[in-house]
Amino acid sequence: MMMIRIGIAVAVAACLALGLAVPWIKTTVIVGVCYALAALGVTVLLRAGQISFGHAMYAIIAGYTVGFLARAFPQLDGLVLIFAGTLSSLLAGAVIGLFVVRYRGIFFGMLNLAISMVLYSLASKLFDITGGSDGLRITRPALLGYEFERAGFESAMLVLTLVCALVLGWWVQRYFKSAAGEALAGVKTNETRLEYLGLSTYRILWNGYVLSAGLVGLSGSLFAVVQGLVTPELGYWLRSGEFVFIAILGGASHVLGAFLGTFVFECVRLVAAAFLTGVWQMLLGITLIVVILTAPSGIAGLLRLHTIRVARQTA
Amino acid sequence: MNLDLLVLALADGLSYAGLLFLVALGLTLIFGVMGILNVAHGSLYAFGGYTAASLSGIAIQWDPSTVLLLACLPAAAIVVGVILGAALEIGLLRRVQRGDAVVPLLITFAAFMIFEDLQKLLWGTSPYSAPEVVTRLGTIDVAGGTFNCYQLLLIPGVALAAYVLLEFFLKRTNLGKQVTAVTHNREVATALGINAKRIGLVTFVLGAVLGALGGALAAPTTSLLPGVGTDTIVLSFAVVATAGLGQITGALIAALLIGLARSVAVYMAPELEVVVPYLIMVIVLLVRPNGLFAIAQARKI
Amino acid sequence: MNPLVRTEALKLAFGGVVAADGIDFVLHEGERLAVIGANGAGKTTFINICTGFLKPTSGKVYFDGRDVTNLVPREIVRLGLGRSFQLPQLFLDHTVRQCLELAAAGRSNKLGWFAPLSAVVNAGEVDHALELVGMRERANDPASTLPEGQRKLLDVAMALMLKPKLLIMDEPTSGVASEDKHELMATVMRALEERKVTSWFVEHDVDIVSRYATRVAAWIAGKIAADGPPAQVMASPQVRREVLGIS
Repeated sequence: MMMIRIGIAVAVAACLALGLAVPWIKTTVIVGVCYALAALGVTVLLRAGQISFGHAMYAIIAGYTVGFLARAFPQLDGLVLIFAGTLSSLLAGAVIGLFVVRYRGIFFGMLNLAISMVLYSLASKLFDITGGSDGLRITRPALLGYEFERAGFESAMLVLTLVCALVLGWWVQRYFKSAAGEALAGVKTNETRLEYLGLSTYRILWNGYVLSAGLVGLSGSLFAVVQGLVTPELGYWLRSGEFVFIAILGGASHVLGAFLGTFVFECVRLVAAAFLTGVWQMLLGITLIVVILTAPSGIAGLLRLHTIRVARQTA
Repeated sequence: MNLDLLVLALADGLSYAGLLFLVALGLTLIFGVMGILNVAHGSLYAFGGYTAASLSGIAIQWDPSTVLLLACLPAAAIVVGVILGAALEIGLLRRVQRGDAVVPLLITFAAFMIFEDLQKLLWGTSPYSAPEVVTRLGTIDVAGGTFNCYQLLLIPGVALAAYVLLEFFLKRTNLGKQVTAVTHNREVATALGINAKRIGLVTFVLGAVLGALGGALAAPTTSLLPGVGTDTIVLSFAVVATAGLGQITGALIAALLIGLARSVAVYMAPELEVVVPYLIMVIVLLVRPNGLFAIAQARKI
Repeated sequence: MNPLVRTEALKLAFGGVVAADGIDFVLHEGERLAVIGANGAGKTTFINICTGFLKPTSGKVYFDGRDVTNLVPREIVRLGLGRSFQLPQLFLDHTVRQCLELAAAGRSNKLGWFAPLSAVVNAGEVDHALELVGMRERANDPASTLPEGQRKLLDVAMALMLKPKLLIMDEPTSGVASEDKHELMATVMRALEERKVTSWFVEHDVDIVSRYATRVAAWIAGKIAADGPPAQVMASPQVRREVLGIS
């Protein structure tokens, strides 16, 4: 336990130090943490044994909310924008979840994919409203009242993002161990049993779904504000796939999985970009295959960061 | 909206539907027999297209006959389908435990990522095209509009032929019947002495060839760029999920439905053109979660 | 005394098979009902219908006086029903203790998001349940590591955590080694006596039936062919021939 805490403290400190010391890396770190938050959202659903292939839609729902609001009310504080973006994805998740959580397995994945592609297509084509594939520009907002210059803004966003990651990481881990979280894990292994214990799997999964939507939405809001831009690509199925990729790579047994997975993901991307241009997808694909075949519980599983013990299958 | 416009839209849709069906056919066949949703199917489409374009490019230099040019297309499809399909099945999917629907899907997603880069390495990022064959086959006038024979007649023709041949194969030939048996119940089929592993390989390669054929046939009508596989695979999912996973005749109908609906949208509300397939998918899945033509199975405790 | 379970002309037919053929059935509080019958006779199907997992083609089911024909298992469980299954339905990724804790959470129907599961359930009750089924030492083992007999026990223990009025057990001793069967049943029945829980169990073992049941219902081809005290039902020629296989 102490080891984990020390590890987290070191990691956060490293991110801060890196970001503040090497200015051009700031945005990369922020984007990385955003990815981790989104992957965390997918991880919540993974606990229930469900994989959504469309969760990036919550990123664009939040992102475009930020964009529309920023355009309509330019004086809005960045924190308000981020809050509004996250709220919109929570609401969207609540509504969409009403339908979607009746489904399981492939059909759950497909329906989420379908809805996300509808939203992606609309965002790409409704040029007058959404700016089409060029997206919406978001002018740098004030944060907590202060108008920052570019460098200061990014530093502030780095701190904000890390704080969000810490708070949410801590809170989601508690959720995993709570009655609702363990019941969510029960959805994966035995829904019939849950029902025969008087519990509503619909309700349990819906709760998890809304949480996952909010997490992805927050990541989308932060991303949009930092980049100053939101495009339909943010909601494309490949993006959803990347979130799933990271979640599986990191492992669903612990919140840290999402962060570890992102770290490896980003490292592979950077290494590939630096030395082997043009094959980063290939490297990632190979990494995923290796992980799935050799360490199906992901990095978190390898490091034995359990909240649930998954016994090996006896022969 | 006058009748002429409608006929134009329908004719347009027919060609699109034909391509959709070919790609979806391979995907749904593989799912039906092996229970795997092959994300790398998009790569097979792309590789089929690129290979066909390259092959045509080579053939052109020897002033070939139209028949020879046309033959490049299925040839490319077969080469791609057999090589990539077998590699995928034997090299990867065999190592994964059966029964789990998700793990093979993730593996195929990883394979898709690998193939995407492989494609860039082999063909780069500049557009590839091979329009010669379309020009050779000339045009035809329908309802006041001029269409390429290739698009209006050849593609739907091949799609229909593929459907008929596949149905014949599955229902009348020995090997096909074995495939059907494995689709319905793998365990019972194995107990009856059918080599499910071999059937799996055969089916997978067949599905891969069909996917590649879709790409090969599409190549003369479009520019091939990186990302074409990515767009195609989601579209195929839309068709397959709408029809019901594993439903072949259903896929034909779903492809027609989506293809025609999209064409009508092109003429009536162009911004919605890309939305239509996914809108249909959402509506169908909400009303019939297993697809339009699937047979739901009861849980047992 | 009001019957705990009552069915009226309960029928389930699908595709030519009549799994339940117009069943009129009553179960009173305090009874220990053993249900016997050949495989496929309809015993589990009947349980599935009475607990809301299957909807009957026609007829009604009443639980504790209420019409539950159109309710789902979750709703009927909340009225005081607990069930264990032919194939034990456990949370295989969770530990034994966590399975029981989830059952306790089910009873209270309070699923908080913040406090750990173990903190919101009554640890004493969970410990007591562990003690009852003799799994204290295995409390922190994943349920998937349990052998069949203990899985069955855990399944029953989870149902018991709900403090039900009626406990339905589907083949509680099947798959359990013969030398352990009696101990298992004795443990369970003792617990049920303590808590004044009515029991209804499907069983193939004639000894278990004679020893623990106050009443036996014999199923043949979707109908209850004989219903009464164990000695009487087991002596019936039809039952001996078609259910017990004694000619």
